[in-house]
Amino acid sequence: MTSAVILALAVFGASCVEMVEALTIVVAAGVSRGWRSAFEGTLVAVIALTVIVAAVGVPLVRLVPLDALRVVVGGLLLVLGLNWLRKAILRASGHKALHDEDAIYARTLAELSGDRSSSATPAPSFRHGAWRHGPRDSTGFVVAFKGVFLEGMEVVMIVITLGSSSRRLGLAAAAAAAAVVIVGVIGALVARQLSEVPENAMKMGVGIMLTSFGVFWVGEGAGLHWPGSDLFLLGLVALFALSAFVMIRSMRQLVPPSPVVERAADVSVS
Amino acid sequence: MSTAVKWLSAFGRFWWDFLIGDTPELFLAVLVVIGLAFALHHDRVAGIVVVLLAVIGFLGTSTWRGRKRRSS
Repeated sequence: MTSAVILALAVFGASCVEMVEALTIVVAAGVSRGWRSAFEGTLVAVIALTVIVAAVGVPLVRLVPLDALRVVVGGLLLVLGLNWLRKAILRASGHKALHDEDAIYARTLAELSGDRSSSATPAPSFRHGAWRHGPRDSTGFVVAFKGVFLEGMEVVMIVITLGSSSRRLGLAAAAAAAAVVIVGVIGALVARQLSEVPENAMKMGVGIMLTSFGVFWVGEGAGLHWPGSDLFLLGLVALFALSAFVMIRSMRQLVPPSPVVERAADVSVS
Repeated sequence: MSTAVKWLSAFGRFWWDFLIGDTPELFLAVLVVIGLAFALHHDRVAGIVVVLLAVIGFLGTSTWRGRKRRSS
């Protein structure tokens, strides 16, 4: 039960983060090239990702021995989780720039607009049903498809690894689908990218959960039985959260002063 | 370049970026952690302590390597 809840939270959080990033590209494609093609590109990408989950995940669950599967997917989760956690710690401690959805949106919009007139404001055509009847645009379709497909591949990895190793592929897929629907509906309602989403905090939380699952499955697969079984996952989450907190606190003190601050300090001294 | 080669190349690039990317040390760290888990699975307490310390140590080392440095 405990692992099911953490699994659903991890998949849901990871999917939300990736879908917010995909939404930025889809909205830029919709605003600049028309909503119909952006919507169709998104739909085809989601279908392709669903087919990959079914085609790879189901045979994994049925054919591969559980212990071997747990070591391999635990290792993959650990690689993914440690990378997310490392990035989130560097961002939270000021050693790496925060992910800027507004900047990505503006850059994508400028690239796609070409000679078309563009606007950063929501496209009115979306709200007037032109996403169903408007003209088709191959560039808008390809950009939306690639954006959703590439961002979604990480979600697919997480769904397949977490779902197959815990024999809960359906739950993992449902959590990811819920995130896609929720982010998609919110994006459609506000018709813009979601730059206010606390992406780094979510990435930190998901990184902690993926790292915890990775360590847990590697240990289980290798025959290292955790005390308390599934409940030990909560202990792992707490341990990695505490470690991340300590690393952020200690690394914050090491951020070099920015050139502007240094210049200001020089002026005040002189 | 044929479509099949392009797809294979993209597939290989995806796995390279996913597993290694700009943090090869984390990929190696995971291999070490898996090795430690197998090597110490007979001694449960030592196995748990060493595996957890290794994961935290590798994360700290990799994060430390990625920090901004003072320009000299």
